[in-house]
Amino acid sequence: MTGKIAFDPVRLPAEAEALRIEVRDFLRDEIQAGNYRPHVGDGFDRAFSCKVGAKGWIGMTWPKKYGGQQRSHLERYVVTEEFLVAGAPTKAHFTADRQSGPVLLKYASESLKRTILPSITRGECSFAIGMSEPDSGSDLFAAKTRADKCDQGWRINGRKVWTSFAHHADYMIALLRTSDATKENRRHGLTQFLVDMKTPGITVSPIINSAGQHDFNEVIFEDVILSEDRVLGDVDMAWKQATAELAFERSGPERFLENIYVLTELIRVLGPQPDQRGTEGLGRLVAQLHTLRQMSISVAGMLSAGKEPSLEAAVVKDVGTNWEQQLPNCARNLASFVNDDGNNRGRFDELIENATIMAPKYTIQGGTREILRSIIARGLGLR
Amino acid sequence: MNADPIIVETTRRIFQDLGDPQTINNTDNTKWRVPLWNALVEAGLTLAWCSEESGGAGASMADGFAIQRVVGEFATPIPLAETLLAGWLLDQARIKAPPGPMTVVPVNDRSHINLTDAGILNGIVERVPFARETEHLVALSNSSDGPKIAMVQRVACGIAPGQNLAGEPRDRVSFNAVKPIHMSSPSTPFNPIRLKLMGAVMRTVQMTGAIETMLNMCIAYTQERVAFGRPIAKFQVIQHNLAVMGGEFAAALAATGAAEGAIMRDPSFGDEVVMNVASAKIRVGEAANEASAIAHQLHGAIGFTQEHILHRFSHRLWSWRDEYDSEANWAVLLGKAVAARGPDEMWPNITAA
Repeated sequence: MTGKIAFDPVRLPAEAEALRIEVRDFLRDEIQAGNYRPHVGDGFDRAFSCKVGAKGWIGMTWPKKYGGQQRSHLERYVVTEEFLVAGAPTKAHFTADRQSGPVLLKYASESLKRTILPSITRGECSFAIGMSEPDSGSDLFAAKTRADKCDQGWRINGRKVWTSFAHHADYMIALLRTSDATKENRRHGLTQFLVDMKTPGITVSPIINSAGQHDFNEVIFEDVILSEDRVLGDVDMAWKQATAELAFERSGPERFLENIYVLTELIRVLGPQPDQRGTEGLGRLVAQLHTLRQMSISVAGMLSAGKEPSLEAAVVKDVGTNWEQQLPNCARNLASFVNDDGNNRGRFDELIENATIMAPKYTIQGGTREILRSIIARGLGLR
Repeated sequence: MNADPIIVETTRRIFQDLGDPQTINNTDNTKWRVPLWNALVEAGLTLAWCSEESGGAGASMADGFAIQRVVGEFATPIPLAETLLAGWLLDQARIKAPPGPMTVVPVNDRSHINLTDAGILNGIVERVPFARETEHLVALSNSSDGPKIAMVQRVACGIAPGQNLAGEPRDRVSFNAVKPIHMSSPSTPFNPIRLKLMGAVMRTVQMTGAIETMLNMCIAYTQERVAFGRPIAKFQVIQHNLAVMGGEFAAALAATGAAEGAIMRDPSFGDEVVMNVASAKIRVGEAANEASAIAHQLHGAIGFTQEHILHRFSHRLWSWRDEYDSEANWAVLLGKAVAARGPDEMWPNITAA
């Protein structure tokens, strides 16, 4: 057999399970103290992020000299999944923790690392990702927002869209065009930059999503000047830098646990002895969730072991986001025969409505289903 | 713990040489069977799960699962997986395993074999894998003194031939006052659900092997087959179907690995094993369904012929889904436990498994 897809069985180590208990205690206390309401609101709460930072749970895999804890990816995995299940507001630090911090660690200058990374780990510094543009979503390498060489460094002009939490972010890591694509390589010519959101010339305006929430933004750059040290990695070569990080981005528990409260509430509404249909449906959902989690932990374990499971990571995101997208509809059908007054039915209906409205985004954000499937097909050997 | 790569490669090589699906598909006789079986016996694979004192190879659980997976990869109608399981069951009672093919009864909770105080077996079991092609049957029987493991000669049983939809023997076996040739209590306390769990993992492992072969067949075929002037693998809709199939194989692989791992960690087959095995049988059964449908669609009419070997895999997958209980059976078992424990225990139970 060719063995193109591998999911090494991985067990979380004892120190990760010990950490889980600590995290659960922290979250339970926070909820009991009324510091946040689980699964409610936009999830952006800097005061909460600062408490998480004080626990040492942001950037926890990073070197100590940059504020990290040098803990393992599997320990970070446990923290991430427990925060998701507890519906905790992590949006003020999660982007930096998962994506931006690791990019800086790899490509930023020593002085930038010394300044920015510790503030991320304290929960004080939020990041946005500037990738999509009006004419460049899935087709990332069509990005047109320009960074041109000038006396002071680089001059930025253009527009990014769908930029989550740009209205709160301190920094953005932006993918900008520094040269035209070449005939041989249409991915050539893009460069990653670190952008301080307070730089003059940046305008952030809200784009309200179909749930009526403000998460997305449009970010306009008009003659924004960035100094030379804001270049992350090699000029024109961003396409080479992206791939390794994507395995982390795609395979985490956030790819199937975003609306996990739907399953919890389904169990509540069905009660301790559901009808046969509810029982069977519930059993399937739990089996599917357990399997997804095994897949995701396996990728985390392979990453920790220094392997590059990019195909497996894309698979986790595809299978995981499809699962969470279907979950509200599944739960709605399984709960159809529960009496109107049974087991807090009203609250269940309300949650399902919210979950149903949010479901379309899972297979779009962070790489659409279509892009992922093309990547998986290529990984399987198709050209 | 991983399987010994030498054992896995040896098993694959034997099947490649003597159990090739296309060769078997092209013939209407069963002459291939004896040389294949003899090669497996010589390599010590048939009794991998019997301890050396019991006449076996004393291989690890991981090795045995890996051998069963190869049976699925080649979709070969030979009771190797069942013989391994029978050897495992005999080993639970320290009964020495005989040479030759074996099978195991019962195959689900709906039939029982009872052992009288005089040591005589009675009962009827439907759809016993390969019964008519074996020499011995190993029975987990009920007695007034708890579960007993018994070995009987096939010729002592009444056999009414039947088959699954892949054409593999699934026979009705009648024990009419059959006297076992060996009978013993398990050497450690033995809940009968252990046999059902082991049987379910066996089919799960085989299904994963068969799905992998189908996936590889699809990857190869879509790059060979030309339509509208180019290989159909160039069409995005074909690529995306293959990606979905890859995802289903991935889920099967992870679920199976988790179930195997749980059994290896917990020889007492506690809650963690039940959770992992139930999840695997459900999820791999679903994967078998989806992957077979896509594989047939990608192969078009060619894959819907007797001549093509695709049916050897899809038909077995459709049968194995149901054997040792279907997705729905296991989902009800799992769902009942989840509902009874309530909403706040769901996540802690998943993380503990």
